[in-house]
Amino acid sequence: MSESKEKQPLLKIDDLHVSFLTYAGKVQAVRGVSLSMQEGEILAIVGESGCGKSVTAQTILQLNPSPPSVVEGGSIELEGRNLLQLDDAKMRAIRGHEISMIFQDPMTSLNPTMRIGKQIMEAILKHQKVTKKEAYDRAVEMLRLVGLSNPEQRMKQYPFEFSGGMRQRAMIAMALVCRPKILIADEPTTALDVTIQSQIVDLMLDLRQKLKTAILIITHDMGVVADIADRVAVMYAGVIVEKGDVKEIFFHPKHPYTWGLLDSIPRPDTHGERLIPIEGAPPDLIAPPKGCPFAARCDYAMKICHEQMPEITAEGDHEVRCWLCHEFAPKVVNRYTEGKEG
Amino acid sequence: MVKYVIKRLLIAILTLWIILTATFILMKSIPGDPFANEKMILPEIRANMEAKYGLDKPEIEQYFIYMNNLLHGDFGVSFKYKNRSVNDVIATGFPVSCTLGLTACAIGLVLGVSFGILAGVKRGRWPDYLVIFISILGVSVPAFVFASLFQYFFAAKLQWFPVTGWGTLATMVLPSLALGFRMVAYIARMMRTSMLDVLGQDYIKTAKAKGLSQREIIWKHGVRNAIMPVVTVSGSMIASTMVGSFIVENIFNIPGMGKYLVDAVKTSDYTMIMGMTAFYAIVMILMMFLVDILYMLIDPRVKMD
Amino acid sequence: MHANPLTRDQFERTLKSSAALNEIKRPATTYWKDAWRRLRSNPVAMVSMGILALIVILAIVIPFVSPYAYDQQDYTAINQGPSAQHWFGTDSLGRDIFVRCWAGARVSLLIALVATCINVIIGVLYGGISGYFGGRVDMIMMRGVEIIYTIPDLLWVIMLMVVMGSGLNTIIIAIAITGWGSMARLVRGQVLQLKQSEYVMASKTLGAGFGRIIFKHLIPNCMGPIIIDLTFSIPSAIFTEASLSYLGMGIPVPLASWGTLANDGANMLLLYPYQLFFPALLISLTMLGFNLLGDGLRDALDPRLRR
Repeated sequence: MSESKEKQPLLKIDDLHVSFLTYAGKVQAVRGVSLSMQEGEILAIVGESGCGKSVTAQTILQLNPSPPSVVEGGSIELEGRNLLQLDDAKMRAIRGHEISMIFQDPMTSLNPTMRIGKQIMEAILKHQKVTKKEAYDRAVEMLRLVGLSNPEQRMKQYPFEFSGGMRQRAMIAMALVCRPKILIADEPTTALDVTIQSQIVDLMLDLRQKLKTAILIITHDMGVVADIADRVAVMYAGVIVEKGDVKEIFFHPKHPYTWGLLDSIPRPDTHGERLIPIEGAPPDLIAPPKGCPFAARCDYAMKICHEQMPEITAEGDHEVRCWLCHEFAPKVVNRYTEGKEG
Repeated sequence: MVKYVIKRLLIAILTLWIILTATFILMKSIPGDPFANEKMILPEIRANMEAKYGLDKPEIEQYFIYMNNLLHGDFGVSFKYKNRSVNDVIATGFPVSCTLGLTACAIGLVLGVSFGILAGVKRGRWPDYLVIFISILGVSVPAFVFASLFQYFFAAKLQWFPVTGWGTLATMVLPSLALGFRMVAYIARMMRTSMLDVLGQDYIKTAKAKGLSQREIIWKHGVRNAIMPVVTVSGSMIASTMVGSFIVENIFNIPGMGKYLVDAVKTSDYTMIMGMTAFYAIVMILMMFLVDILYMLIDPRVKMD
Repeated sequence: MHANPLTRDQFERTLKSSAALNEIKRPATTYWKDAWRRLRSNPVAMVSMGILALIVILAIVIPFVSPYAYDQQDYTAINQGPSAQHWFGTDSLGRDIFVRCWAGARVSLLIALVATCINVIIGVLYGGISGYFGGRVDMIMMRGVEIIYTIPDLLWVIMLMVVMGSGLNTIIIAIAITGWGSMARLVRGQVLQLKQSEYVMASKTLGAGFGRIIFKHLIPNCMGPIIIDLTFSIPSAIFTEASLSYLGMGIPVPLASWGTLANDGANMLLLYPYQLFFPALLISLTMLGFNLLGDGLRDALDPRLRR
């Protein structure tokens, strides 16, 4: 990989902590997440439900309702500006303009009583000094770009006249119409049929080529990750346990949780083998374990894992939070580690 | 769209027919059949009624005569007073009730919707609690209590307004407020719930992610969707208030439909009750039909059904 | 970073225990227990419940222990204001308003409870059948409800009273047979939704009959919304009775209800406002109690509505 270390990242999240106040106690949903993204890059955050990936993404645009959510620490920098310190007006100028977002369920994410065209034009008129006519033309252009036929006619239609895939395309058009630097896609394919899923993935790759938009994609689907991502961050119980280049993560994963995730997806090269689920459930984040959060479910857990949170071990761009990477740890041999030097 | 309108219209007509038939049957089933009992009716009225209702004919024929009269806009004659037709009563009472009712509805809808939006937006802060307090009070305290209290303090004690009567602007104030207060409470409560529901929807998050301000989100995306349930109930609410309020009209002695109907019940003026109920049903159903059409215009999804 | 340097023996493998993995961390709780916990932690609902309980108890007890009977006239003590002998004062016939208020509470509450019970039975059956069978049956049955809805309750009740003649039973019957529409709609909506749910489908696939599905699955799962609706229809029945009596179309003398007491009081309003004040206060307090309790129950029984 050729990215230069000295270049300022487009987006840099540093040691982010987010909690939710509930009647049962404080849920520590995000516990020290650090991430960075370069221009035009596609970064995937992957993990199972409730691991804090959506909360992280929504915190970037400060969309989590507060209360109950509280940002308890850390910073989110867009080209050097800390978004967490911006006032409301400045933050609004970023939403939809420099960073935009699409959501999981295109069925409920569009206003049912407003024409598609108006919903798209609203974003343009909000952020750019253009006439209604220009906004209209751009919206039509954008609808064409996301692959909707008869865009002029689509402008006049209401969301209920669209299929799920078409709505997600319209959502993408709406998000990208101001040419933001970053598109955050929160499970953009989860609610769609498999065939439509791959169309949407292809569309996002195509638009990244054309518009040079960086994409932060949140998903639990390793298949989507493999198709779309340049880099991957694996998240578990509010912590990033492993991150790195997509090829590194798929071919040389180092964290047992990543192994588990990869074991649980069907692959064409694993004929006849059974898919292996990860046993157990994630820890209660009201009282998170003091050690590694995955220790209780880990086949390779050691004493230390239950006692201390592992430090980050970095090997180039590939970072892992696991005691197995410590020099004292016994060597693990499985299909992900074999063939590697000790 | 035309198909939808025709469908609603047919349903309205069917509903109306069933209600009119039901009132006819109800009146015919009054024990001791007052219509056939000579002692209960003055001779002049009897002649009048025989001409109008065909009382000497079989009941099925009476039914057709009754329906035919209604079809021609003739609601019948009084059973107790000679020379008083239901149409006369409607002609004098309906404009009065209509004025009172529409004023009250205007107060109710404008204040109710505004309070509801305010409470929904300021959820958990003092404007919300104030609106909750007003709406709980409004639905818990019966209209006659409000009306009596208003009458006692503002008319009898402070003498700002006349105690009873109708005709001048000053006489309208207390009855409209008494009638409107409950509506404010009811609508505010409904609008608040609906607003909270809408503000929790995904498309509100989309609007926020687009960079819209709180104000734009509330007005462009929130209110328009949240107002739907209010539109639904407002039709029957307007209809039922414009045909008269039994209680408020009686307390303030206002010569409207509600007052006449209560008088008719107290004097057992059966044909008057039947005629006024028929008129009532027609107004209600007409209003509901209009609401259906209005609903279609503001909610595009309805067209698809 | 760490105070103590790591030692090799900390890197000994531990065994994963299946038991620990499947251990449930938080205590299990049933729907009703959970609802009760939420309701108990809602002070407004608990106070309302207390007030309602107090009103019911006083309505039962006061007419027995009071030195006056509710219809006992005393021409030496007419239109007296509240005093130590007559806590709420006396009316134009010298009757004690305090005891009349609680005797009236009996009548008003009786009418409300009986009428509401009949409402619920009709509403649940009608709505349940309509929702369960769906299709054409549902369409016709719901059209019926719509027709009843078209004319306001009060007018239906007045018409029925014209036909049946006024009296305590008539009021109960009239309120009972006109007020079940909202319950029927509610139950029908619930049943339509539940019918599609996987567990009902599963039960059907396993060969459960009509009765079992209705009584084991549909009705228990409708209980929450039914109870909530109940707390709102009791005050509305009280309201209808009070309005009717207030118009002079309610229960006949010498029986008293809150509505007739308010009517009597209203006639004396300009001279003796306290005669309206006490019955009006009791009606309002009861309505308030039921409305606030209903709100609390809705929050407790339907947590989805809370945000």
